[in-house]
Amino acid sequence: MCTRTGGALAHVLEQQGLATVQLSSVRGHTERIKPPRALYCEFPFGRPLGKPNDAAFQRSVIMAAFGLLASTEGPILEDFPERIADATDTPMTCTLPPSFNGATSSVIDEARALRSAYERQLKRSGRTSVGITGGVETIPALLEAFLKIAAGTSPDDAGLPSEPHRAALDVRAYYEEAALALADHVPEARATESWFFQQTEAGKLLRSAQQQLIAAGRTDYLDTIVPRGQE
Amino acid sequence: MNSDAQTRANAAQMPVLEFATTAFTVPPRLSQATVAIVTTGALVGDGHADWNQGEETFRVLPRAQRAFRMAHWSLNFDRTGFTSDINVLYPIDRLEELAAEGIIGGVAPRHLSFMGALHDTLSTIRLDTGPAAAKLLRDDGVSVVLLTGA
Repeated sequence: MCTRTGGALAHVLEQQGLATVQLSSVRGHTERIKPPRALYCEFPFGRPLGKPNDAAFQRSVIMAAFGLLASTEGPILEDFPERIADATDTPMTCTLPPSFNGATSSVIDEARALRSAYERQLKRSGRTSVGITGGVETIPALLEAFLKIAAGTSPDDAGLPSEPHRAALDVRAYYEEAALALADHVPEARATESWFFQQTEAGKLLRSAQQQLIAAGRTDYLDTIVPRGQE
Repeated sequence: MNSDAQTRANAAQMPVLEFATTAFTVPPRLSQATVAIVTTGALVGDGHADWNQGEETFRVLPRAQRAFRMAHWSLNFDRTGFTSDINVLYPIDRLEELAAEGIIGGVAPRHLSFMGALHDTLSTIRLDTGPAAAKLLRDDGVSVVLLTGA
Protein backbone atom coordinates (compact mmCIF):
# COMPACT_ATOMS: atom_id res chain seq x y z
CA MET A 1 0.00 0.00 0.00
CA CYS A 2 1.09 3.58 -0.55
CA THR A 3 1.40 4.41 3.16
CA ARG A 4 3.68 1.43 3.66
CA THR A 5 5.94 2.34 0.73
CA GLY A 6 5.88 6.03 1.62
CA GLY A 7 6.90 5.23 5.17
CA ALA A 8 9.88 3.23 3.97
CA LEU A 9 10.83 6.07 1.63
CA ALA A 10 10.65 8.51 4.52
CA HIS A 11 13.20 6.44 6.44
CA VAL A 12 15.54 6.20 3.45
CA LEU A 13 15.33 9.87 2.46
CA GLU A 14 15.80 10.99 6.05
CA GLN A 15 18.87 8.76 6.40
CA GLN A 16 20.23 10.55 3.34
CA GLY A 17 19.93 13.99 4.94
CA LEU A 18 16.49 15.12 3.80
CA ALA A 19 13.75 16.14 6.22
CA THR A 20 10.50 14.38 5.35
CA VAL A 21 6.87 14.63 6.32
CA GLN A 22 4.41 12.00 5.16
CA LEU A 23 0.67 12.23 4.60
CA SER A 24 -0.43 8.87 5.97
CA SER A 25 -3.64 7.14 4.87
CA VAL A 26 -3.36 4.10 7.15
CA ARG A 27 -2.69 5.04 10.74
CA GLY A 28 -1.91 1.50 11.87
CA HIS A 29 0.83 1.14 9.29
CA THR A 30 2.43 4.43 10.22
CA GLU A 31 2.34 3.55 13.92
CA ARG A 32 4.41 0.45 13.17
CA ILE A 33 6.70 1.81 10.40
CA LYS A 34 7.53 4.91 12.47
CA PRO A 35 8.62 7.41 9.79
CA PRO A 36 10.17 10.59 11.26
CA ARG A 37 7.09 12.79 10.79
CA ALA A 38 3.63 11.85 9.59
CA LEU A 39 0.21 13.44 9.50
CA TYR A 40 -2.59 10.89 9.46
CA CYS A 41 -5.35 12.09 7.15
CA GLU A 42 -8.44 9.91 7.14
CA PHE A 43 -9.49 10.91 3.66
CA PRO A 44 -10.57 8.68 0.77
CA PHE A 45 -7.79 6.62 -0.75
CA GLY A 46 -6.64 8.39 -3.90
CA ARG A 47 -7.28 11.83 -2.39
CA PRO A 48 -4.47 12.33 0.16
CA LEU A 49 -5.04 16.10 0.18
CA GLY A 50 -8.72 15.49 0.89
CA LYS A 51 -10.74 17.66 -1.46
CA PRO A 52 -10.20 18.19 -5.19
CA ASN A 53 -10.53 21.76 -6.43
CA ASP A 54 -10.41 23.12 -2.89
CA ALA A 55 -7.12 24.98 -2.64
CA ALA A 56 -7.82 26.32 0.85
CA PHE A 57 -8.48 22.86 2.25
CA GLN A 58 -5.43 21.38 0.53
CA ARG A 59 -3.33 24.20 1.89
CA SER A 60 -4.57 23.56 5.41
CA VAL A 61 -3.46 19.93 5.12
CA ILE A 62 -0.02 20.91 3.83
CA MET A 63 0.47 23.52 6.55
CA ALA A 64 -0.56 20.99 9.23
CA ALA A 65 2.04 18.61 7.80
CA PHE A 66 4.71 21.30 7.62
CA GLY A 67 3.93 22.18 11.21
CA LEU A 68 5.48 18.85 12.21
CA LEU A 69 8.84 20.08 10.88
CA ALA A 70 9.15 22.27 13.97
CA SER A 71 9.43 19.20 16.18
CA THR A 72 12.95 18.64 17.46
CA GLU A 73 12.63 14.87 17.70
CA GLY A 74 10.73 12.00 16.15
CA PRO A 75 9.02 9.84 15.23
CA ILE A 76 5.98 12.06 15.44
CA LEU A 77 2.49 11.11 14.25
CA GLU A 78 -0.44 13.48 14.48
CA ASP A 79 -3.99 13.37 13.15
CA PHE A 80 -5.57 15.91 10.82
CA PRO A 81 -8.74 16.91 12.68
CA GLU A 82 -11.24 16.56 9.81
CA ARG A 83 -12.18 13.17 8.37
CA ILE A 84 -13.75 12.47 4.99
CA ALA A 85 -15.40 9.16 4.08
CA ASP A 86 -15.72 7.70 0.60
CA ALA A 87 -19.11 7.19 -1.05
CA THR A 88 -18.86 3.67 -2.39
CA ASP A 89 -22.32 2.92 -1.05
CA THR A 90 -23.86 5.84 -2.92
CA PRO A 91 -23.30 5.56 -6.68
CA MET A 92 -23.29 8.86 -8.49
CA THR A 93 -26.31 9.79 -10.52
CA CYS A 94 -25.32 9.85 -14.15
CA THR A 95 -27.74 9.38 -16.99
CA LEU A 96 -26.20 7.49 -19.87
CA PRO A 97 -26.62 8.83 -23.39
CA PRO A 98 -29.01 6.98 -25.71
CA SER A 99 -27.59 4.15 -27.76
CA PHE A 100 -26.37 4.85 -31.26
CA ASN A 101 -27.00 1.58 -32.99
CA GLY A 102 -29.15 -1.23 -31.71
CA ALA A 103 -27.47 -3.66 -34.10
CA THR A 104 -24.23 -3.66 -32.10
CA SER A 105 -23.64 -5.16 -28.68
CA SER A 106 -25.23 -2.99 -26.00
CA VAL A 107 -21.95 -2.60 -24.16
CA ILE A 108 -20.11 -1.46 -27.29
CA ASP A 109 -22.99 0.84 -28.08
CA GLU A 110 -22.83 2.31 -24.59
CA ALA A 111 -19.08 2.89 -24.80
CA ARG A 112 -19.32 4.62 -28.16
CA ALA A 113 -22.11 6.84 -26.91
CA LEU A 114 -19.82 8.14 -24.16
CA ARG A 115 -17.06 9.23 -26.51
CA SER A 116 -18.14 12.85 -26.81
CA ALA A 117 -18.42 13.18 -23.03
CA TYR A 118 -14.96 11.68 -22.64
CA GLU A 119 -13.58 14.18 -25.17
CA ARG A 120 -15.21 17.08 -23.30
CA GLN A 121 -13.55 16.03 -20.08
CA LEU A 122 -10.21 15.60 -21.85
CA LYS A 123 -10.49 19.07 -23.33
CA ARG A 124 -11.39 20.52 -19.94
CA SER A 125 -8.60 18.88 -17.94
CA GLY A 126 -5.96 18.37 -20.61
CA ARG A 127 -5.19 15.01 -19.06
CA THR A 128 -6.42 11.45 -19.30
CA SER A 129 -5.55 8.23 -17.52
CA VAL A 130 -6.68 6.21 -20.53
CA GLY A 131 -3.68 4.87 -22.35
CA ILE A 132 -2.22 2.00 -20.39
CA THR A 133 -3.00 -0.44 -23.19
CA GLY A 134 -3.57 1.96 -26.06
CA GLY A 135 -5.55 5.02 -27.03
CA VAL A 136 -9.21 5.72 -26.52
CA GLU A 137 -9.94 4.18 -29.92
CA THR A 138 -9.18 0.77 -28.46
CA ILE A 139 -11.96 0.84 -25.84
CA PRO A 140 -14.58 -0.96 -28.00
CA ALA A 141 -12.03 -3.64 -28.89
CA LEU A 142 -11.16 -4.12 -25.22
CA LEU A 143 -14.83 -4.61 -24.44
CA GLU A 144 -15.17 -7.11 -27.29
CA ALA A 145 -12.36 -9.08 -25.70
CA PHE A 146 -13.99 -8.96 -22.27
CA LEU A 147 -17.23 -10.22 -23.85
CA LYS A 148 -15.28 -13.27 -25.00
CA ILE A 149 -13.71 -13.76 -21.56
CA ALA A 150 -17.12 -13.52 -19.91
CA ALA A 151 -18.30 -16.21 -22.34
CA GLY A 152 -15.51 -18.54 -21.31
CA THR A 153 -12.59 -17.73 -23.61
CA SER A 154 -9.17 -17.74 -21.99
CA PRO A 155 -7.69 -14.24 -21.56
CA ASP A 156 -4.74 -15.40 -23.65
CA ASP A 157 -7.06 -16.08 -26.59
CA ALA A 158 -9.49 -13.18 -26.22
CA GLY A 159 -7.53 -10.63 -28.20
CA LEU A 160 -6.53 -8.28 -25.39
CA PRO A 161 -3.36 -6.28 -26.10
CA SER A 162 -2.23 -6.71 -22.48
CA GLU A 163 -3.25 -8.53 -19.32
CA PRO A 164 -6.89 -8.05 -18.31
CA HIS A 165 -5.89 -5.91 -15.34
CA ARG A 166 -4.44 -3.13 -17.48
CA ALA A 167 -7.24 -3.32 -20.03
CA ALA A 168 -9.84 -3.05 -17.28
CA LEU A 169 -8.12 0.03 -15.88
CA ASP A 170 -8.33 1.70 -19.29
CA VAL A 171 -12.03 0.91 -19.69
CA ARG A 172 -12.77 2.17 -16.18
CA ALA A 173 -10.78 5.38 -16.72
CA TYR A 174 -12.63 6.05 -19.98
CA TYR A 175 -16.02 5.68 -18.29
CA GLU A 176 -15.08 7.61 -15.15
CA GLU A 177 -13.70 10.52 -17.14
CA ALA A 178 -16.79 10.60 -19.35
CA ALA A 179 -18.93 10.55 -16.21
CA LEU A 180 -17.14 13.62 -14.87
CA ALA A 181 -18.24 15.52 -17.96
CA LEU A 182 -21.81 14.22 -17.74
CA ALA A 183 -22.11 15.03 -14.05
CA ASP A 184 -20.40 18.41 -14.43
CA HIS A 185 -19.13 18.29 -10.87
CA VAL A 186 -16.61 16.24 -8.94
CA PRO A 187 -18.49 13.38 -7.29
CA GLU A 188 -17.62 12.14 -3.85
CA ALA A 189 -14.82 9.62 -3.76
CA ARG A 190 -15.63 6.25 -5.31
CA ALA A 191 -19.21 7.23 -6.18
CA THR A 192 -18.17 7.10 -9.83
CA GLU A 193 -16.54 3.71 -9.31
CA SER A 194 -19.82 2.35 -7.92
CA TRP A 195 -21.76 3.88 -10.79
CA PHE A 196 -19.42 2.24 -13.27
CA PHE A 197 -19.36 -1.25 -11.78
CA GLN A 198 -22.98 -1.42 -10.66
CA GLN A 199 -24.91 0.53 -13.27
CA THR A 200 -23.13 0.53 -16.61
CA GLU A 201 -23.06 -2.31 -19.12
CA ALA A 202 -19.27 -2.15 -19.25
CA GLY A 203 -18.89 -2.38 -15.48
CA LYS A 204 -21.28 -5.32 -15.31
CA LEU A 205 -19.29 -6.96 -18.11
CA LEU A 206 -16.03 -6.63 -16.19
CA ARG A 207 -17.68 -8.13 -13.12
CA SER A 208 -19.00 -10.97 -15.24
CA ALA A 209 -15.56 -11.55 -16.79
CA GLN A 210 -13.88 -11.74 -13.41
CA GLN A 211 -16.60 -14.05 -12.07
CA GLN A 212 -16.14 -16.33 -15.08
CA LEU A 213 -12.39 -16.49 -14.53
CA ILE A 214 -12.77 -17.26 -10.83
CA ALA A 215 -15.39 -19.91 -11.57
CA ALA A 216 -12.95 -21.46 -14.04
CA GLY A 217 -10.39 -21.79 -11.28
CA ARG A 218 -8.32 -18.74 -12.19
CA THR A 219 -8.22 -17.34 -8.68
CA ASP A 220 -5.11 -15.38 -9.68
CA TYR A 221 -7.55 -12.95 -11.31
CA LEU A 222 -9.25 -12.12 -8.00
CA ASP A 223 -9.02 -8.36 -7.36
CA THR A 224 -7.34 -7.76 -10.73
CA ILE A 225 -10.31 -6.59 -12.81
CA VAL A 226 -12.86 -5.46 -10.25
CA PRO A 227 -12.00 -3.69 -6.97
CA ARG A 228 -12.81 -5.33 -3.68
CA GLY A 229 -16.37 -4.59 -2.68
CA GLN A 230 -17.64 -4.18 -6.25
CA GLU A 231 -17.63 -7.88 -7.20
CA MET B 1 -18.90 -0.53 5.71
CA ASN B 2 -17.63 1.60 2.83
CA SER B 3 -14.68 0.46 0.72
CA ASP B 4 -12.01 2.59 2.33
CA ALA B 5 -13.02 1.54 5.82
CA GLN B 6 -12.86 -2.07 4.66
CA THR B 7 -9.42 -1.50 3.15
CA ARG B 8 -8.15 0.10 6.34
CA ALA B 9 -9.50 -2.84 8.35
CA ASN B 10 -7.77 -5.31 6.02
CA ALA B 11 -4.57 -3.28 6.13
CA ALA B 12 -4.38 -3.76 9.87
CA GLN B 13 -3.67 -7.45 9.20
CA MET B 14 -0.89 -6.80 6.69
CA PRO B 15 2.78 -7.14 7.64
CA VAL B 16 4.76 -3.93 7.46
CA LEU B 17 8.43 -3.10 7.45
CA GLU B 18 9.78 -2.29 10.85
CA PHE B 19 12.86 -0.16 11.40
CA ALA B 20 14.96 -0.45 14.53
CA THR B 21 15.59 3.27 14.63
CA THR B 22 14.15 6.36 12.98
CA ALA B 23 16.61 8.71 11.33
CA PHE B 24 15.86 12.35 12.03
CA THR B 25 17.22 15.24 9.98
CA VAL B 26 16.70 18.72 11.36
CA PRO B 27 15.27 20.83 8.53
CA PRO B 28 16.13 24.46 7.85
CA ARG B 29 13.48 27.08 8.56
CA LEU B 30 10.53 26.48 6.27
CA SER B 31 10.98 29.90 4.69
CA GLN B 32 14.45 28.80 3.63
CA ALA B 33 13.60 25.24 2.60
CA THR B 34 13.39 23.99 -0.96
CA VAL B 35 10.53 21.51 -1.00
CA ALA B 36 9.98 18.50 -3.25
CA ILE B 37 7.03 16.15 -3.55
CA VAL B 38 7.66 12.43 -3.59
CA THR B 39 4.44 10.61 -4.36
CA THR B 40 3.74 6.90 -4.45
CA GLY B 41 0.75 7.56 -6.71
CA ALA B 42 2.42 6.12 -9.83
CA LEU B 43 2.27 9.21 -12.02
CA VAL B 44 3.74 9.04 -15.49
CA GLY B 45 4.35 11.76 -18.04
CA ASP B 46 5.24 11.79 -21.70
CA GLY B 47 7.92 9.26 -22.49
CA HIS B 48 7.61 7.44 -19.19
CA ALA B 49 7.04 3.72 -19.17
CA ASP B 50 4.23 2.36 -17.03
CA TRP B 51 5.13 0.44 -13.92
CA ASN B 52 5.20 -3.31 -13.84
CA GLN B 53 3.72 -4.92 -10.79
CA GLY B 54 6.27 -4.90 -7.97
CA GLU B 55 8.60 -2.42 -9.67
CA GLU B 56 10.49 -0.24 -7.17
CA THR B 57 11.83 2.43 -9.51
CA PHE B 58 10.84 6.08 -9.80
CA ARG B 59 9.91 8.58 -12.49
CA VAL B 60 11.07 12.21 -12.50
CA LEU B 61 8.32 14.85 -12.64
CA PRO B 62 9.54 18.25 -13.90
CA ARG B 63 8.27 21.23 -11.89
CA ALA B 64 6.38 22.86 -14.76
CA GLN B 65 4.64 19.74 -16.01
CA ARG B 66 1.00 18.96 -15.16
CA ALA B 67 -0.07 16.47 -17.85
CA PHE B 68 0.41 13.29 -15.87
CA ARG B 69 -1.42 10.01 -16.12
CA MET B 70 -2.01 7.78 -13.13
CA ALA B 71 -0.59 4.35 -13.88
CA HIS B 72 -1.07 2.81 -10.46
CA TRP B 73 -1.46 -0.94 -10.32
CA SER B 74 -3.97 -0.95 -7.48
CA LEU B 75 -7.70 -0.87 -8.27
CA ASN B 76 -8.76 -0.01 -4.77
CA PHE B 77 -8.92 3.75 -4.60
CA ASP B 78 -10.69 6.73 -6.09
CA ARG B 79 -9.25 8.17 -9.30
CA THR B 80 -11.79 10.84 -10.12
CA GLY B 81 -10.33 13.28 -7.60
CA PHE B 82 -6.98 13.16 -9.36
CA THR B 83 -8.66 13.35 -12.77
CA SER B 84 -10.36 16.56 -11.67
CA ASP B 85 -7.43 18.11 -9.83
CA ILE B 86 -3.91 16.70 -9.73
CA ASN B 87 -3.24 18.70 -6.56
CA VAL B 88 -5.38 16.32 -4.53
CA LEU B 89 -2.54 13.81 -4.94
CA TYR B 90 0.36 15.89 -6.22
CA PRO B 91 -0.02 19.38 -4.69
CA ILE B 92 2.43 21.14 -6.93
CA ASP B 93 0.30 24.26 -7.38
CA ARG B 94 -0.09 24.60 -3.62
CA LEU B 95 3.71 24.53 -3.26
CA GLU B 96 4.05 27.19 -5.94
CA GLU B 97 1.62 29.40 -4.03
CA LEU B 98 3.47 28.89 -0.75
CA ALA B 99 6.76 29.74 -2.43
CA ALA B 100 5.31 32.87 -4.01
CA GLU B 101 4.16 34.00 -0.56
CA GLY B 102 7.55 33.26 0.99
CA ILE B 103 6.15 30.62 3.32
CA ILE B 104 8.53 28.04 1.85
CA GLY B 105 11.88 28.95 0.40
CA GLY B 106 11.33 27.41 -2.99
CA VAL B 107 9.91 24.60 -5.09
CA ALA B 108 12.24 21.89 -6.31
CA PRO B 109 12.87 21.74 -10.06
CA ARG B 110 12.21 18.00 -10.05
CA HIS B 111 9.76 15.84 -8.10
CA LEU B 112 9.47 12.06 -7.99
CA SER B 113 6.88 9.36 -8.36
CA PHE B 114 7.06 5.77 -7.15
CA MET B 115 4.27 3.19 -7.21
CA GLY B 116 3.00 2.21 -3.80
CA ALA B 117 1.34 -1.14 -4.40
CA LEU B 118 4.34 -3.08 -3.14
CA HIS B 119 4.24 -6.04 -0.83
CA ASP B 120 7.76 -7.37 -0.43
CA THR B 121 10.68 -6.16 1.65
CA LEU B 122 11.26 -3.06 -0.50
CA SER B 123 14.95 -3.87 -0.52
CA THR B 124 15.47 -2.13 -3.86
CA ILE B 125 13.93 1.07 -2.53
CA ARG B 126 15.87 0.85 0.71
CA LEU B 127 19.24 0.07 -0.85
CA ASP B 128 19.17 1.34 -4.40
CA THR B 129 16.40 3.54 -5.81
CA GLY B 130 15.65 5.29 -2.53
CA PRO B 131 19.22 6.52 -2.04
CA ALA B 132 19.37 7.40 -5.75
CA ALA B 133 16.20 9.46 -5.35
CA ALA B 134 17.70 11.21 -2.33
CA LYS B 135 20.85 12.09 -4.25
CA LEU B 136 18.83 13.51 -7.13
CA LEU B 137 16.87 15.70 -4.72
CA ARG B 138 19.93 16.80 -2.78
CA ASP B 139 21.66 17.74 -6.04
CA ASP B 140 18.70 20.04 -6.70
CA GLY B 141 19.13 21.70 -3.33
CA VAL B 142 16.08 20.08 -1.75
CA SER B 143 15.92 20.09 2.04
CA VAL B 144 12.30 19.08 2.77
CA VAL B 145 10.22 16.32 1.14
CA LEU B 146 6.44 16.03 1.29
CA LEU B 147 5.40 12.39 0.81
CA THR B 148 1.96 11.66 -0.59
CA GLY B 149 0.37 8.40 -1.67
CA ALA B 150 -2.80 7.18 -3.28
